[in-house]
Amino acid sequence: MTGQDGISTVQDSKTDQKTDAAHAADAPAVAAVNVGKVFDGKRGAQVVALEDINLTVARGEFVSLIGPSGCGKSTLMRLIADLDQPTSGELTVFGKSAQQARLDQDYGIAFQQAGLLPWRTVRQNIELPLQLHKVGKAERTERSTELLKLVGLTDFGDNFPDQLSGGMQQRVAIARALAESPNLLLMDEPFGALDEMTREHMQGELAHICAETGAAVVFVTHSIPEAVFLADRVVVLSPRPGRIRAIVDVKFSGSVERTEHLRESDVFFSSVSEVREHLHGSADANPLGVDN
Amino acid sequence: MKATFGATKGIIPPLVLGLVTLLLWQLAVVGFDIKPFVLPSPTAIGGQFFENLPTVWSNSLVTGFNSLVGVAVGAVLGILLAVIASLVRTIDELSSAVVAAAMVLPIVALAPVLYGMFSASQQTARQLVASLAVFVPVYVNTLKGLRQVRPVHRDLMRAHAATTWQTIGTVTLPTGLPFIFTGVRIASSLAVIAAVIAEYFGGPIGGLGKSITTAAAGSNYPLAWAYVLGSIILGLVFYLAVLAVERWVLRNRGS
Ligand SMILES: Nc1ncnc2c1ncn2[C@@H]1O[C@H](COP(=O)(O)OP(=O)(O)O)[C@@H](O)[C@H]1O
Ligand SMILES: [Mg+2]
Repeated sequence: MTGQDGISTVQDSKTDQKTDAAHAADAPAVAAVNVGKVFDGKRGAQVVALEDINLTVARGEFVSLIGPSGCGKSTLMRLIADLDQPTSGELTVFGKSAQQARLDQDYGIAFQQAGLLPWRTVRQNIELPLQLHKVGKAERTERSTELLKLVGLTDFGDNFPDQLSGGMQQRVAIARALAESPNLLLMDEPFGALDEMTREHMQGELAHICAETGAAVVFVTHSIPEAVFLADRVVVLSPRPGRIRAIVDVKFSGSVERTEHLRESDVFFSSVSEVREHLHGSADANPLGVDN
Repeated sequence: MKATFGATKGIIPPLVLGLVTLLLWQLAVVGFDIKPFVLPSPTAIGGQFFENLPTVWSNSLVTGFNSLVGVAVGAVLGILLAVIASLVRTIDELSSAVVAAAMVLPIVALAPVLYGMFSASQQTARQLVASLAVFVPVYVNTLKGLRQVRPVHRDLMRAHAATTWQTIGTVTLPTGLPFIFTGVRIASSLAVIAAVIAEYFGGPIGGLGKSITTAAAGSNYPLAWAYVLGSIILGLVFYLAVLAVERWVLRNRGS
């Protein structure tokens, strides 16, 4: 090793840092490169949950993940949230490691179960993230009042979760996920337990909230219409091992705002059937063409 | 509303049973002419109880205070150690053997040994016995309660980058609270039993247990029974006090 080499290495690492910083400023919300996840099952058996996932979610973009149950949708979301770690590949969130993004609280999360703390009032549940991060009481109250209004639960702040319907509880969970105005929202079948009517209503509200906050969203669902109605892009996963089978662009012409009449539009129907074809792996769907 | 109604309804059958038992007891003692040293009648015990109410009261205060110290010390230690055990697996594994042993060991059996360790004129040994009796059920129940945390709540705390202590305070302990109360409730009457029996083995004058042995030694069986009655009431008071706090706390927090 020569001295010159040493110097050039130092210079390299300096420029690397610079470009890293530059990247971070406009890094995509989520970037997954060849991400895979293998679970160690019982008695040494291994479950390949995800394989070769290449996916970029731009800032402010709404991406739906769809696929048959057990295909690894939740797993992928948990990897992004750093609730689990990938066994291969590289995953960055806003240009940082998933762990750093979690520690920096760059995302808000809503699970399939509302996961409210039953011994806290609705308002206290919404304020939980703020309280954990030592936000002052006055500011907390102000924010939770805002959020209660946003999710239409102004009159229920002092109720306990078990006094609310499933749909209302889920709205509280969404308000909680939004509490710190994250730039990335992770949602795992948040409307899975709701009836169709409430579900469509909540979809409309979520679309509205997202348009207002400009957050990127990774939204797990197994409902095709839901995925299409909400998303800019629908990522279709194949059954085990979970791979990206196709990515469908949903191009609603002109206005970006998602309102009920979109459900009647031609684009909606054509996108729904496109996703359905990929999902059922029919002959005319090109499994790899859209990948990457 | 429902809970209150349920509680009153639950109290009636044992109350009836108790009254019937007392009545049969009275009839048997009178009918078969049973001697007081074998079994005094309920009215004789009641008579002695009210006649000696001031001494029963003052002795109850001594035993009651020892029990109270036992509940406080035992519960705090039990909860604290359970929290630590829930965090550190090796402590959990080590303690499970000790706790298993403590469950089969009648803790009052330690009383004579403990009297030797502390000055005979002090209540320390009795309070220590009560504390140990409280510690075991509180520890066991708390540890069980702390393991009830739902995975979604665990994920939630991790997602929000909560510290270990924040997680314990916001999720783990509140989840375990009903179990902790169950432990303390069971332990509260155990504390009184332990404190009373510990007095049988020595220590300073005063206390219901000492009074029972003294009265029995003087062949004053109705009086001995009056002190037994005092012990039963004391145990009941402890149990009901914890139950009341438990009901109040759990109702006010919504679930
Ligand atoms: N913690 C785990 N340990 C072992 N296997 C797991 C674990 N979590 C998920 N899996 C497996 O990984 C696969 C994908 O699961 P999941 O991501 O929950 O699917 P989805 O959300 O699409 O229904 C399933 O086969 C599941 O059994
Ligand atoms: Mg899932």
